[in-house]
Amino acid sequence: MNRELKRVTMVALLMFLALFVSSTVIQYAQAENLAADPRNSRTLYASYSVERGPILVGGEPIAFSQPSGDDYKFQRVYSNGPLYGAVTGYIPVNGEATGLERSLNDELSGRSSSQFFDSLNRLISGQDPMGASVEVAIDPVAQQAAWDALGDYTGAVIVTEPSTGRILAMVTKPTFDPNRMAVHNSEEVQVTYDALLADPGDPLFNRATGGDMNPPGSTFKLVVVAAALESGQYTPDSTFPNPASLTLPGTDAVVRNSGGGTCGGGAEVTLADALRLSCNIPMAELGMQLGDTAIREQAEKFGFNDEFAIPSATEPSVYPRGLDEPQTGLSAFGQGDVRATPMQMAMVSAAIANGGIVMNPDLVDAIIAPDFTPIDEFQPSEYGRAISEETASTMTRMMVNGVETGAASNARIDGVSVAGKTGTAENGEDDPYTLWFTGFAPADDPQYAITVLVEDGGGLGQEGYGNLIAAPIAKQVLEAVLNK
Amino acid sequence: MTDQNSAVAQGRPPATGSVRRIRLPQKLRNLELGLLIVACVINAGAIVLVQLGALGRVDTQLVLLGAGLSVLVFGLHVAMRFVARDADPFLLPIATVLNGLGIAMIYRIDIANGDVGWESAAVRQIVWSAIAIVAGIATILIIRNHRVLFRYTYLSGLIAIVLLLLPLLPGIGREVSGARVWIGFGDFATFQPGEIAKIALAVFFAGYLVRNRDSLSMVGRTFLGMRFPRARDLGPLLVVWALSMSVIVFQRDLGTALLYFGLFLVMLYVATSRLSWVVLGLALFFGGALVASQTLDYVGNRFANWLDPFSPERFDAQYGGSYQLVQGLFGLANGGLIGTGLGQGRPDLTPVPQSDYIIASLGEELGLAGVFAILALYLLFVARGFRIGFAGQDDFGKLLGVGLAFVLALQVFIVVGGVTRVIPLTGLTTPFLAAGGSSLVANWIIVALLLRLSDTVRNHPRLVIDG
Repeated sequence: MNRELKRVTMVALLMFLALFVSSTVIQYAQAENLAADPRNSRTLYASYSVERGPILVGGEPIAFSQPSGDDYKFQRVYSNGPLYGAVTGYIPVNGEATGLERSLNDELSGRSSSQFFDSLNRLISGQDPMGASVEVAIDPVAQQAAWDALGDYTGAVIVTEPSTGRILAMVTKPTFDPNRMAVHNSEEVQVTYDALLADPGDPLFNRATGGDMNPPGSTFKLVVVAAALESGQYTPDSTFPNPASLTLPGTDAVVRNSGGGTCGGGAEVTLADALRLSCNIPMAELGMQLGDTAIREQAEKFGFNDEFAIPSATEPSVYPRGLDEPQTGLSAFGQGDVRATPMQMAMVSAAIANGGIVMNPDLVDAIIAPDFTPIDEFQPSEYGRAISEETASTMTRMMVNGVETGAASNARIDGVSVAGKTGTAENGEDDPYTLWFTGFAPADDPQYAITVLVEDGGGLGQEGYGNLIAAPIAKQVLEAVLNK
Repeated sequence: MTDQNSAVAQGRPPATGSVRRIRLPQKLRNLELGLLIVACVINAGAIVLVQLGALGRVDTQLVLLGAGLSVLVFGLHVAMRFVARDADPFLLPIATVLNGLGIAMIYRIDIANGDVGWESAAVRQIVWSAIAIVAGIATILIIRNHRVLFRYTYLSGLIAIVLLLLPLLPGIGREVSGARVWIGFGDFATFQPGEIAKIALAVFFAGYLVRNRDSLSMVGRTFLGMRFPRARDLGPLLVVWALSMSVIVFQRDLGTALLYFGLFLVMLYVATSRLSWVVLGLALFFGGALVASQTLDYVGNRFANWLDPFSPERFDAQYGGSYQLVQGLFGLANGGLIGTGLGQGRPDLTPVPQSDYIIASLGEELGLAGVFAILALYLLFVARGFRIGFAGQDDFGKLLGVGLAFVLALQVFIVVGGVTRVIPLTGLTTPFLAAGGSSLVANWIIVALLLRLSDTVRNHPRLVIDG
């Protein structure tokens, strides 16, 4: 009997061994995979059950968590949601987060590696876990001014600090209230999201850093002039033939200046006048002389064809490779396949304002642990030098002339010297123009770089132009921040 | 087999050294007392931790109810000082701590569900635990000698059959989540008679096999190196098989069928030393299960869920899908190595977290460490039971001890193995832990019987020395 008993004992032992193994597989080996399953509501609830840190503007929360009394424990609230939506993004109960809620999720939810000991400390001392707070660089005055100035236009405004790259304002329109995406009802979130997705105004786009990108139009002339001056073969006084129309070589495409005639009077026009009056023909001539490689290399020094984490992800602006001569001519005044975000054009202006050095744009000033010790503080970082200091000061003078006596006259501010460049980009034969302004102020001591984008011709179809609609918006914002 | 044992098996009353009781210190009982105190401290600690974790404060009411339960457990201990002085000192503390952990977890689910008073499953579980422990005390007081049960072999068999059939009777039979294994009167006191039936079956099998094993083991012809029984000796095996199959078909309860049949096979094997019985029995059972999986929807679903629980069609299935299984896995994974801490996980997201899935709930909040500890406690409990089988003096007692221990081991394996995907998930209660009165009563009676059996194991050699 005992021999059989031994065998039965072995069977029982094996049964328990199987249970030890299976529970180890589930709770240890497979635990991460199981936690990552999108159907695992525990993971979702866990990400909510931590009191998520607030996102602060000047010490005031623009996103914060308050007790909700339901399964998620905390409700995320976006105070002044639409105004700051492009900055905060949102975190929904289903689907993916956006904006800073997404890019700083680990810090906000207290799970970043630098918060490990803080979390452990709170666990041991019996405090509820809490995420870090994020202080953003946004200047509430600039943000509100940009929101008000953009009005009901479809477009974006971005303001940066040239010397540091800090983003002081970032507004996109049309937009939506992120609170609608933070409700604790996944079906409602889905309905809202589907409606936003189907909205012809594309409110889900952050037009300041991405979306369906626009041709930069004449604002791109800054890049071409920078390439010309940097080549050492051109000065502002270099001259170009001044016809009323130019047929691009090997094509039927005809380039005209925006006024329809020649660029000012005379048979020849200087580079300075061509930029000041924003003429297309001399720029096309210059562009074809420089070649697409030189323009692209200059554009890339400003940040084109590259992604920036601010820390939210941004779309790279595009200057394509391998353009032929007519395409290069078109690209020289920001047409053809060139595409840019307002943030990229703000980087071009800011670099000119900053003596030629491109700063990496950043939304975040500081990340602060719940016990008020800083986890991460903003340090300005250089992307690189785009142009020499000399070129930068030359271009500043040219841009100031553009505002004072040229095509960007509607950005003039009494008592302040403003440097600027407008743009009016064509999208298709009958499509509304895209209107731009990029610049900085004060020109002698640059504090603010600004770029305004207005899509859809500002409602005027092909009647609107940069100086009419975009320049006054920039002026209004600059006045607001300079008068603070 | 010695002559003495045969004599014992025939019901000769054992000699007891009544003088010795006074002389020897009760070392075993003192060890048990120490362990019991530890167990009760763990149980009270678990309830307080649940309250701190889930409520953020301590509510003395439930702690007091738990303390009342501890008094009963100590009552059983005191009873043993008089009537089972040499019983195993580990069985009672293990049962106590498992029962207490179960109550703490059921209470924790109550908090999540907002159930209080008589709505609270934990309060009902405490009351049932009290009834179960009293039943245990009664068992150990009434059955002073386990060989008495040998006389009631066939009566036990009859009782088992009646208990099994009860849920099928119209009027008192109740169907809960598809399985017709409950009885109830009006809305009151639902009870799973099958839980008690497993004890009656163990008694019946032990008695029957001790009586008939010669004919079951000695004759037959050899085939493939194994001696197979004669066709006419197949009767008992076929009867139990038919019983198990009818449980699958009529009561729709795969787990219980597996439990009964497994119990019978193991006892049959131990009694007859014939592997051929096991081979035949397993072939019959898995043959039957295979047919059932093809013909009965609920069995087929269980297999499909087991093989591929994460497929969307299984997970999203309206009926008989793998939602519960997968939620349980998510819960266990959420617990990880050390768990979320009592009261701080989300075991309530899994369906029936306080009964069939209590091991997943405990695994979530106590982690892999807690699961290992609980499994180790079960393993120790089962090992103490097997020890009776090894050291026992009479065949009936040996078989009964092994049967009772194995049925508990098998039950743990079926339910925990189902939750952790070792085998297809079938509904069974986790002994001592899960919410449910019938299961508690049955398992505490098993504790009492094993205590009684172990007392005789200790008794005999000493008696010889003393005498």
